[in-house]
Amino acid sequence: MTLNLRMAWRNLWRHKRRTWLTVTAMIFSNVLLVFMISLQFGSYEMMIVNTLQTFSGHLQVQAAGYQDNPRLRTSIPAIESLAQALQQTLRETLPGARAAPRAAAFALASSERRSFAIQLVGVQPSAEPGVSTLPGLVTSGRYLRDGGDPEIVIGSVMSRNLKAGVGDEITLLGAGRDGSFAAGVVTVVGVFDSGSADMDRGIAEVPLDWFQDAFAMADHGNTIAIAVERLADVPPAVRVAAAMASARGDEAGSLLVLDWNDLYPGLRQAIQADLFSGWFMYGVLIFLVAFSVLNTQLMSVLERTREFGVISALGIRPRKLAALVMLETAQMALIGLGVGLLLGWLVAQYFNVHGFSYPGMEQIAERYNLPGEMYPRVTLGTLLLGPSVVFAFCLLAAIYPAVRLFRLRPVEAMRAA
Amino acid sequence: MSRDSGLSLPAMSRLSWRYLWRNHRRTVIMLLAITVGVWAMIFMTALMRGMVDKMIEDGIDALPGLVQIHHPAFRDDPNIENSLPAPGAELLEALASAPVAAWAPRVKVPAMISSERDTRGVTLLGVDPAREIELGFDPQSVVAGRFLEGADDQGLVVGRKMLERLETELGKRVVVMSQDPENEIADRGFRIVGVFEGKLPSQEEQWIYAGLGTTQKLLGMGGAVSEIAVTGGDFRDVGALHAHVRAAVGEGAEVLPWTELDTYLGLMLGVMDGFVLVWIIVIFLALSFGLVNTLMMAVFERIREIGLMQALGMRPAAILYQVLLESLMLLALGLLLGNLLAVATILPLRGGIDLSMVAEGFEMMGVSSTLYPALTRKDLVMANAVVIVLGFLTSLLPAWRASRYRPVEAIAKT
Amino acid sequence: MASIRCVDLCKTYRQGDAIIKALDHVTLEIDAGGFVCLSGPSGSGKTTLLNMVGGLDRLDSGEIAIDGQRVDLLGKGALADLRLHHIGFVFQAFNLIPVLSARENVEFVMQVQGVPTRVRRRKALDILREVGLAGMEDRRPAQLSGGQQQRVAVARAIVSQPKLVLADEPTANLDSVSATHLMELFRELNENHGVTFLISTHDERVMRHARRLIRMRDGKVIYDEVQVSC
Repeated sequence: MTLNLRMAWRNLWRHKRRTWLTVTAMIFSNVLLVFMISLQFGSYEMMIVNTLQTFSGHLQVQAAGYQDNPRLRTSIPAIESLAQALQQTLRETLPGARAAPRAAAFALASSERRSFAIQLVGVQPSAEPGVSTLPGLVTSGRYLRDGGDPEIVIGSVMSRNLKAGVGDEITLLGAGRDGSFAAGVVTVVGVFDSGSADMDRGIAEVPLDWFQDAFAMADHGNTIAIAVERLADVPPAVRVAAAMASARGDEAGSLLVLDWNDLYPGLRQAIQADLFSGWFMYGVLIFLVAFSVLNTQLMSVLERTREFGVISALGIRPRKLAALVMLETAQMALIGLGVGLLLGWLVAQYFNVHGFSYPGMEQIAERYNLPGEMYPRVTLGTLLLGPSVVFAFCLLAAIYPAVRLFRLRPVEAMRAA
Repeated sequence: MSRDSGLSLPAMSRLSWRYLWRNHRRTVIMLLAITVGVWAMIFMTALMRGMVDKMIEDGIDALPGLVQIHHPAFRDDPNIENSLPAPGAELLEALASAPVAAWAPRVKVPAMISSERDTRGVTLLGVDPAREIELGFDPQSVVAGRFLEGADDQGLVVGRKMLERLETELGKRVVVMSQDPENEIADRGFRIVGVFEGKLPSQEEQWIYAGLGTTQKLLGMGGAVSEIAVTGGDFRDVGALHAHVRAAVGEGAEVLPWTELDTYLGLMLGVMDGFVLVWIIVIFLALSFGLVNTLMMAVFERIREIGLMQALGMRPAAILYQVLLESLMLLALGLLLGNLLAVATILPLRGGIDLSMVAEGFEMMGVSSTLYPALTRKDLVMANAVVIVLGFLTSLLPAWRASRYRPVEAIAKT
Repeated sequence: MASIRCVDLCKTYRQGDAIIKALDHVTLEIDAGGFVCLSGPSGSGKTTLLNMVGGLDRLDSGEIAIDGQRVDLLGKGALADLRLHHIGFVFQAFNLIPVLSARENVEFVMQVQGVPTRVRRRKALDILREVGLAGMEDRRPAQLSGGQQQRVAVARAIVSQPKLVLADEPTANLDSVSATHLMELFRELNENHGVTFLISTHDERVMRHARRLIRMRDGKVIYDEVQVSC
């Protein structure tokens, strides 16, 4: 076997330039693939986390029917105690889990000079920062405090539209849970800037206690937002939450647990679409490299027709010759794999530290609630994925030339030029 | 000294062509690779271009218009007090002449809509339906009832999702409330006369359409409007239209092209151009290794013949041209086949690729779920040009090396 | 016809560790219209001498003049022109461009010279007929026998009426009949058209035809005599 290995290796280097060109093609495509794939997955991760972190949380508990038709009266009874119980139970298996109760309704917000329809959300000021980054994005004033005071935080765009800032009063008008008229006056204590224009324009938060009073909710709320440490923790969290939800649900309609896929069906699909288009491109690259290998190995085999004829005449079976060719290809591909991985890793690491961005990216990223730079996700998986496929296809490409050897007829071969 | 120590072009071409097919397996493989590479360049570009073009067109329809006129403070504060006066004679004249193809005045104010069951915040659009349609509103999108029939139509057209949220139906009455210039609430009952389906579901929940005159009366605005939308010409080339409108509007208003109204969209166009070029170059680089290899192998095989030709008096420069010509023929052939293949695969997809499977994903990105490939001349030219130019440069090395062989070494390699 | 004058030619090659003296102070003169054979064992320097005269290689030292013009002083371009217009080559093997037909091979040199199409086509056909290959003009080298290929090479070498023909072992791959035919053709050209011939060979059949025989060994001339040929 070692003789074969050595022979294969030396055969490769009989035509240094040709071998190097083929290997370089592999390295080039490997580096490109490692970089692009790690960037792609990095951007997904970021897209998901950013979208979920800002407000919705990784999963939510809701009353049945709320997701499709969010009405104030589609509510969860005794929401605060349920949220607390959920958090406690979840933390038994998932230490970093947090749960926050909320209620939401449309309301008309009027400042001294303007009126706007907004989405009003009642939150628990101490629990909310655990599931949402919004409290941390307050740029002037402060976030809400526990205690049920008539306070409100509004987004930066809303602040502009209403011409209201910290200290100003806002009148809220809406319809309560029982259909009655809901009204109240609150003071702006903080203005937040989330980077998402939709959020900064459309959402305002008040303390849950105040909300429940003003909108005749009693102890009800609409959603419990739950955040976990890692995306991988979501399925077990769903299971735990679902168990508790079904236990509680009998009281007044059922409770459902929705994970982020249900909350944002577009997100998974957007990722799928991007993956798909990515793989089309990668596929073309891999195909071209494989063809390069096919060409090289085919030529290499044809050149050695006479030599193979002689070897064959000496009694060595074509099977061994074919194995030799495959071995040569494998050695070449291994070099391409190894060097490509190394260089690709270096490139990905560089951008991991410095971030990758292209002109115009920052504004585009803002649309999707992403930071203006992408960071590649460098894991064993993203590193190996591209180059392994290249490796496999290179070996595949060498099959045709190797198989041709089975048709070799020694005498004719030896007579070949 | 002779007057011509090289072969004429037709003779050289014949030689190069025959050398190309000397080893037809190798040439065929390389040709296949080039064909697939070129196909991929053009096909993918057409898909990407189609997606972005559609996104931009939909975005422009949603603005609407290629150019808009507003009160300078309106965009920051879309309130009724930042309205434009009715267009004057000079503006009307400008809007009636080229390059303007169509224009529409609109009222656009935040409002609340209430049914018996629920209340929602919306944007109330007071429109002149005929003009609105000229500007890009698709009458087909009204899936139940009818669209407005005039600027003084008393009815209301809402989105389908809105109907669901309000738990009401076509034909029922709703109340629309908004703010008038004195900061008082103005409200009125409307009957829902039509239901529309928006390209993006968010449009269905955000917009409600009423007649322009009706809205102005409701809000006590007189002839004022919130914005004037103008369209004409290709969205890629909006400079002339913008300048034309801007000249007719005085200091008191802001005139913006779509690239500034929705900077994201404007950016997409430029970014996509960049993507396309990068994609083309990456593919070419992947091909280039194989190309150089193929040429080198071909030349290496021919060392003796090159020596012979030089012995017969052919100059080194002529050898270089011959090899270059060979490579260019290969590339030209690959380009031809690749272009043909690309056109052949793109044409049947003209009717659009249905991507409803990932519809919601596209909605998130602001794209409708049917993808229409768009093959532009510019992209086609770019792809072909890159391949020829870079291909030429890549072939220089093997060609130059071929011309450097010394006859004796060459012939002696027996 | 061309005269050749070689003065004190020296050339050494390296092959691995060994240093080979291919030409060791060679001096000789050939008159215009001469028909000279160079003979000697392999490695004697005959091919090297031929290459030098034809401007295919560079001397270490010495002078070569063809018709008084110093070949060793010419640049690459001028050498190419010299070979193009004034010298015809017949090599031992690989004389022909495989992708061109016999006629095209013969026309090749004329094409490079810039001869108009009709003229060169006629000349090519004529010369092919003269060497006995009428009817085979459109065959590719792979479709011709060794002797036929060699004849095409000769046709090509002489069609542009060079002053000097340098032939390196022209009969090495030929059977007796073909070899004799070839030599008769050479003699005929030499006697009727005055073309100078310098032929390197170790084929008896060729040496018999020579009017002057020069033997070489180890890069030196060891025998140089006029002889009567049969």
